[in-house]
Amino acid sequence: MARMKFLCDADRCIECQACVTACKNEHEVPWGINRRRVVTINDGLPGERSVSMACMHCDDAPCAAVCPVDCFYTTADAVVLHSKDTCIGCGYCFYACPFGAPQYPRVGNFGTRGKMDKCTYCSGGPEADMSQAEYVKYGSNRLAEGKLPLCAEMCSTKSLLAGDGDIIADIYRERVVTRGYGSGAWGWRTAYGETISV
Amino acid sequence: MLVKRKQGEAARGRLASMAAGIATKTIDRRSFLRNSGLAVGGLAALGTINAGMTRQAEAGPTDHSRPIERRKNICTHCSVGCTVIGEVQDGVWVGQEPAWDSPINRGTHCAKGASVRELVHGDRRLKYPMKKVGGQWQRISWDQAIDEIGDKMLEIRERSGADSAYLLGSAKFSNEGAYLFRKFAAFWGTNNVDHQARICHSTTVAGVANTWGYGAQTNSYNDIRNSKTIIFMGSNAAEAHPVSMQHILTGKEEQRANVIVFDPRFTRTAAHATDFVRIRPGTDIPVIWGIMWHIFQNGWEDQEYIAQRVWGMDQVREEVAKWTPDEVERVTGVPEAQLRRVAEKFATERPSTFIWCMGGTQHTVGTANVRAYCNLLLATGNVGAMGTGANIFRGHCNVQGATDFGLDIGNLPCYYGLAEGAWRHWSRVWDVPYEYFVNRFDAVPAKGGRDPRTPEQNMNVPGIPSTRWFDATMIDAEEVDQRDNIKAMIVFGHGGNTVPRMADAREGMNALDLLVVADPHPTTFAALHERTDNTYLLPICTQFECSGSRTASNRSVQWGEKIVEPIFESDNDYAVMYRLAKKLGFADEMFKPYEMVQGKFSEEPTPESILREINRGGWSVGYTGQSPERLKAHMANQDKFDLVTLRAPADAGDVGGDFYGLPWPCWGTAEFRHPGTHILYNPNVPVKDGGGAFRPRFGLERDGETLLAEGSWPPESEIEDGYPQFTMGVLKRLGWDADLTPQERAVISRIGEFDEEKIDAVSWSLDLSGGIQRVAIEHGCVPYGNGKARAVAWNLPDPIPVHREPIYSPRPDLVADYPTREDGRQFRMPNIGHTIQQSVVDRGLHESFPIVLTSGRLVEYEGGGEETRSNKWLAELKQDMFVEINTRDAESRGITDGGWVWVNGPEGNRARVKALVTERVASGTAFMPFHFAGWFQGEDQRGNYPQGTDPIVLGESVNVVTTYGYDPVTGMHEGKVTLCQIESA
Repeated sequence: MARMKFLCDADRCIECQACVTACKNEHEVPWGINRRRVVTINDGLPGERSVSMACMHCDDAPCAAVCPVDCFYTTADAVVLHSKDTCIGCGYCFYACPFGAPQYPRVGNFGTRGKMDKCTYCSGGPEADMSQAEYVKYGSNRLAEGKLPLCAEMCSTKSLLAGDGDIIADIYRERVVTRGYGSGAWGWRTAYGETISV
Repeated sequence: MLVKRKQGEAARGRLASMAAGIATKTIDRRSFLRNSGLAVGGLAALGTINAGMTRQAEAGPTDHSRPIERRKNICTHCSVGCTVIGEVQDGVWVGQEPAWDSPINRGTHCAKGASVRELVHGDRRLKYPMKKVGGQWQRISWDQAIDEIGDKMLEIRERSGADSAYLLGSAKFSNEGAYLFRKFAAFWGTNNVDHQARICHSTTVAGVANTWGYGAQTNSYNDIRNSKTIIFMGSNAAEAHPVSMQHILTGKEEQRANVIVFDPRFTRTAAHATDFVRIRPGTDIPVIWGIMWHIFQNGWEDQEYIAQRVWGMDQVREEVAKWTPDEVERVTGVPEAQLRRVAEKFATERPSTFIWCMGGTQHTVGTANVRAYCNLLLATGNVGAMGTGANIFRGHCNVQGATDFGLDIGNLPCYYGLAEGAWRHWSRVWDVPYEYFVNRFDAVPAKGGRDPRTPEQNMNVPGIPSTRWFDATMIDAEEVDQRDNIKAMIVFGHGGNTVPRMADAREGMNALDLLVVADPHPTTFAALHERTDNTYLLPICTQFECSGSRTASNRSVQWGEKIVEPIFESDNDYAVMYRLAKKLGFADEMFKPYEMVQGKFSEEPTPESILREINRGGWSVGYTGQSPERLKAHMANQDKFDLVTLRAPADAGDVGGDFYGLPWPCWGTAEFRHPGTHILYNPNVPVKDGGGAFRPRFGLERDGETLLAEGSWPPESEIEDGYPQFTMGVLKRLGWDADLTPQERAVISRIGEFDEEKIDAVSWSLDLSGGIQRVAIEHGCVPYGNGKARAVAWNLPDPIPVHREPIYSPRPDLVADYPTREDGRQFRMPNIGHTIQQSVVDRGLHESFPIVLTSGRLVEYEGGGEETRSNKWLAELKQDMFVEINTRDAESRGITDGGWVWVNGPEGNRARVKALVTERVASGTAFMPFHFAGWFQGEDQRGNYPQGTDPIVLGESVNVVTTYGYDPVTGMHEGKVTLCQIESA
């Protein structure tokens, strides 16, 4: 089985937010929940760079490690998913996540936040693939349809890549060799314990 | 901006208030939300949304067990022309899929394109026709709306003449819609017909067409992959044309290209550039002359190219010599070393391309700016080859097409100028006697010491530009050079907040006898004013709810098929124009050539039959080969086209050998199978393969020198030198008339009225048979001739571009040296720019308003922004109107990031917005985006919109603060430079 990963090439990201609205569109994500967002550093200064961030589907996911009800699980594609039926909205995962991925429909303490929501790598949840029940809780299941996450598929400059980790690493490596620079695979060491060497 | 920087907090604060049931306007009510864990109590508090809606297309999970249809259309936002694939189930648009096969976007989108499906959710769309009665919006029927609007138009026509109705069209029309609207204006009898090109690239079209023939992007987005040096000037493509950056950044990487950005702001495009040059707003000409100074000084110009293909460069050289590095730095603020470095790269690391947008065009010297850019390209031999060119990124999805089809105060469709020959040409195509149109136009009385005009003369006088319509409602009737003031505005698909002086525009709206807004959204035209009656809103569907073609910036024509039926009671442009024409009494003549079908509420013409009529008449610009069948074949075979050359291989079936979208000129008839022209003026390939030359349209010689090319011609040309345009007479002299078929000959004789002399005068652009074009191309020649580009355009106000300070300049010392042009009259109106500039200096406004205010685009919104600010997926990303202010300017004024400020304009208008304190702008410069409206000088106008149609996000418009200033050639407004002062609110 492939090991699915995200890779954002910060030298290509222009902060156009296509990934954000593509996600909203695909899953009908409500106002206030941001499964994906674009973070810009040095905004307005030389060296300004943007990175599109969502759940990175870590190897040894910290969210899963801290979850008191054990609602997380990792699929055969190495995608980290969770069960909203089990989730109690405690918010521990939010504190554990190095990428700020977990989102909650409400603000409050412990159980009053509502069920946690996050990027599913467009692959739904524990319910039957492509079922109504899965859609209303987690959004569509593109992986089950044989497609990749829409955010990456629609990225305007092909900065955000999704797919088999080895393949997207090769694409990135080839780019860096061609252009002669690369600020690295953002978040890879944290998420996957490795980086892409050129 | 603010949301972006403090996104976590902003989102949470909003959610907290949502839970408390406060922010009821902005929440989504879909089932997903319920199931994501929001309690029922929360939803109950939100239950008031859009109760009056008639129908809503509920998107839900796609049911994969049942059929899903995929339909292809084109994004309705910017001009890149991204293909959108809609997945439709049971008539509902349930999903968007990447359009991998499109060579333009290759599956990708920006924030706007990735969220277009929301447009047909329609939460905030205008749902049915409405009118204002005693200040209240009332729902009415289509029949009543058309009846009442028609009666009022006829009454105004009777009283004040046809010119009193202003027909403001749209760059959001399909080509067929744009063409139909222009035709509608001709049948109504006015040249007061315009659209967004006026305010985005009218100066480009004028400047470029006056230089080398046609007003369009010479190359394509894809072709920039071949460039080794790329200059952006006044273009922030990363926000305004994001998908173009896919090609540009790949090109930059693969070619190791220089990417140089000139801008007053360190834009998101600049963040990806190799060089950033900060200029003082409004000093483009000195910057260009400063670059050319180094080029000429070092002999970096392309002398062979200039000798063969350019006229008048020596005169430019004399002007450039005045712009020494010291003077350039004094005026523009750019140091010598920086410009020298740019000059060397641009001239020596070729091919080089020059990209410009509104930062260059929206000035009182817009046309002159454009001509300066052209001169830089010509001096370095960078037009007419791969990787070179004037890559003019246009703004709207069909602003190129709408320009081509003459939604313009000075043209008939396809750039046939306002002249008897052009009217007669279109009369022949439309199959209506020329005299019919003469009878439709007003006679203009002698007013203000000017000569009177007969209707026939009035037909050939350009109308009033859309930037000045409100002036024409209010100034003394003696001053308006037509029968009467503007009394009615008929606005199809155009925002009311995108031109300066909104306070005056508001007064103009108040003064109208009739205001009609035909649009998917109510727009600022519905909300800004204090009108109580005679105001109508007609719900028009988007281009996703009808079919038709649109022309992307690179001139590729793409066919969009209807994805879903028009939602609510909205209807398409074709049907509404037909019903209005019927009411006004000219539908039978106007719609006679079309195939009529039963539409949603009435009969309507098919876009295919309208396009066929365009194909029968659009010879001058090569809109004749793009038949509906060919365009549809291109959409079905997108995967056949090469990513860089845009050409399909010869063996690719229906599209073999074609360039994608048959970019105009696509000569001859569809049967002739010209492949279209990927790169304009390119003498490196035969004309039959998309080659060309500069167009000699300004005579054959000037000052004793030839205006025809010398020693340059496309391969396979049987004339190995420059030549004038082809006419029947020229064919005869060459002996090529023998190649015409009897049928072609018969058509040409008929156009020449069977008079030998007139027959000889029938040209390639008037020959309805296409025979002259065919024969010329078969002999390897360009139908319009092979001429030189003009470095000097003697017919324009400043034949060689001259620097002129903005009207509201921060530098009175420079106004003394470089004043704006003298007052004058253009386009039926006075232009008193010089008087105002003097008054600005006399009043010392630069001291009390020391900050230069400029404006531009954001990626999330487009144009006036009503549509995008109504889209919840976009609105969430930018919730506040703001002003970018430099750290030092903010500190000295006690302004904090995210705090409320007043931006005070020099003429007493002001805007209340949030401050974004940033180094992106230099000290002394402020920036505001132009997509906002709905607040006016601190007043929230949400209540002025019909209930449920108010955009989610409202804000002050920058154009409340912007000021007077108009380009003398096109009437373009000064949107990029004014003065302001900013204080904490």
